Amino acid sequence: MTDIHERPALSPTAFLDVRDLRIHFATDDGLVRAVDGLSFSVERGKSLAIVGESGSGKSVTSLGILGLYNKRNARVSGQIFLDGQELVDASPDAVRALRGQKMSMIFQDPLSSLHPYYTIGWQIEEAYRVHNNVSKAEARTRAIELLRRVGIPQPDKRVDDYPHQFSGGMRQRAMIAMSLSCNPELLIADEPTTALDVTVQAQILDLMQDLQQEYNSAIILITHDLGVVAELADDVVVMYAGRAMEYGTVSDIFYSPEHPYTWGLLASVTRLDRERSERLQPIPGNPPSLINVPPGCPFHRRCRYEALNGGKQRVERPALEESGPGHYVACHLPVEERRRIFRDEVATLL
Amino acid sequence: MPNVIQYIIRRLILVVVLMWIVSMVTFAIFFLIPSATGTSPAVLFAGKAPTPDTVKSVEIKFGLKDSIPVQYAHFVEGIFVGRHFDNGADKSYCPPPCLGFSFVNNQPVWNEITSDLPVTLSLAAGASIMWLVSGTAIGVLSALKRRSFFDRAAMGLALAGVSLPIYFTGLVLLDLISYNWQILPNVHYVGFTDNPLSWARNMLLPWISLTFLYAALYARLTRAGMLETMSEDYIRTARAKGLSESRVITRHALRAALTPIVTIFGLDLGQLLGGAILTEYTFGLIGIGHLSIDAISRQDLPVIMGVTLFAAFFIVFANLVVDVLYAFVDPRVRYS
Repeated sequence: MTDIHERPALSPTAFLDVRDLRIHFATDDGLVRAVDGLSFSVERGKSLAIVGESGSGKSVTSLGILGLYNKRNARVSGQIFLDGQELVDASPDAVRALRGQKMSMIFQDPLSSLHPYYTIGWQIEEAYRVHNNVSKAEARTRAIELLRRVGIPQPDKRVDDYPHQFSGGMRQRAMIAMSLSCNPELLIADEPTTALDVTVQAQILDLMQDLQQEYNSAIILITHDLGVVAELADDVVVMYAGRAMEYGTVSDIFYSPEHPYTWGLLASVTRLDRERSERLQPIPGNPPSLINVPPGCPFHRRCRYEALNGGKQRVERPALEESGPGHYVACHLPVEERRRIFRDEVATLL
Repeated sequence: MPNVIQYIIRRLILVVVLMWIVSMVTFAIFFLIPSATGTSPAVLFAGKAPTPDTVKSVEIKFGLKDSIPVQYAHFVEGIFVGRHFDNGADKSYCPPPCLGFSFVNNQPVWNEITSDLPVTLSLAAGASIMWLVSGTAIGVLSALKRRSFFDRAAMGLALAGVSLPIYFTGLVLLDLISYNWQILPNVHYVGFTDNPLSWARNMLLPWISLTFLYAALYARLTRAGMLETMSEDYIRTARAKGLSESRVITRHALRAALTPIVTIFGLDLGQLLGGAILTEYTFGLIGIGHLSIDAISRQDLPVIMGVTLFAAFFIVFANLVVDVLYAFVDPRVRYS
């Protein structure tokens, strides 16, 4: 399946280039195809959002880039190039050396992701000292400086606090400070604002944007929140059942989406400018089990336009094909038909 | 760290209250047992077939005619400042901490306890170190090598350890090691200060028996704790920092997994210091456990009370130590 259609927008110069990534897990119940042929790329200074429902493989993708999968039961294939260096076949030690330094991660729940028994400062210092041969005092200075940079008040005092003494928003700031300790060039944020309340969410997103401009780093943003996507992302991958359904710029995805699944996601978002009488439109059904992904299009059982494909959707997996410059869609519906449906039926609902 | 001091003071107050309650309950035994058996404590003390005069003089000497609250007050007084038992010609002094006189040996209960204490201390100290080290080490290895041959063998052995009673493992060890193979001497207690090597050689079999019992439990607990901790989000964070796996395990996982072990260890140790009855009997050691069984079989009430109070003190004290340790180990406890 590594035909040309599976690898969109591959510029040889891309800072991060993921090609046909597959991450399968052997479990007692069968082979879980968590990521099944995913390709995308991110440039320095740009943000890519990966969106999709729970269980679509977003988090596994991000952990896969960092090499944080259980080597005992995970089978990984494909290629990940970070600044030209291939990671999938690289030695675990080589990937570990990059982890936390060249690429780092911000996790979803900062309370459970920070060690409860160590101070915030200690944890940041540790992240810095693994990759930099510096003294304890230097690392501490660095930790305080980082905490100040992410907007923690009185950082020279708070550096000795434990995670449970921080508020949720401050913990996420501390988490960001930790991930920035070695000036990473790739920052992966897995649902960075999900555990936070709305005002704090906005602050964290602003902070990430500021930091991105400052360090010119590439960001991968894993989220199911399309509001966050609109705020922060340049490009978007819409994931479903471990695959990309649609991939394009943020304006492609928001203003001329072509995949019925993307339409469904957009229609299920609350919008203040919508009439109150209109109800949110959830996508009917549930994502397929990743152990028994149906043959053909993984989305066909939930697709409202399934009947228009004449049975092809049940046997043949749609390839991710370019429908406009840099805009890729994996759908059996003919391009004209998709655009007509969006224009006539869907756009009015959004 | 003013928080820690406050915390410790709160705990200390609780200890005092607990010990006070325990002392009252223990003191009640002094009156409940004789009334259940229908004899006065004085009769028990006075020996076989006492004359009414003897009984009366005993009652006067120990103040048994006073009201129960007054007697309790004297009892508490004795613990802190000592007591004079006075019956005309028959005078005796019981220095603090006075827990009364043994009926059987006519000497202060405290002396009985302190003379048997070294055996109990030796037993508990050696065994607890052995089981703590071996149990947690096996547990950690089992968790890291989950489902390996080592894991299965260790957990099978642990199951045997928790299931087999000490008088079985102890006797098997004695039969094989000291009788058949004569690697170690037949156990008899030698004071540590007299001959440390001989002390260790003699205590080794009891230690191993206790270790087999307790290490089994600790291995299982540690394994479960490690497995749980290794799946925590903060372990993933530690790996995402690029730390080496050995650092992730020692500094991040072990630190969290061993914390609950501290609690259990403190309680087990406290309990053991109050006497290991089966172990002492199996190996013929005369420790606190032996003393308490002896006292019960002879209805030596002051000794029963003394040993009970003493054992209770160790358990309460161990609880205190555990709580304080916890405040240092787990910062979340300190500030709540």
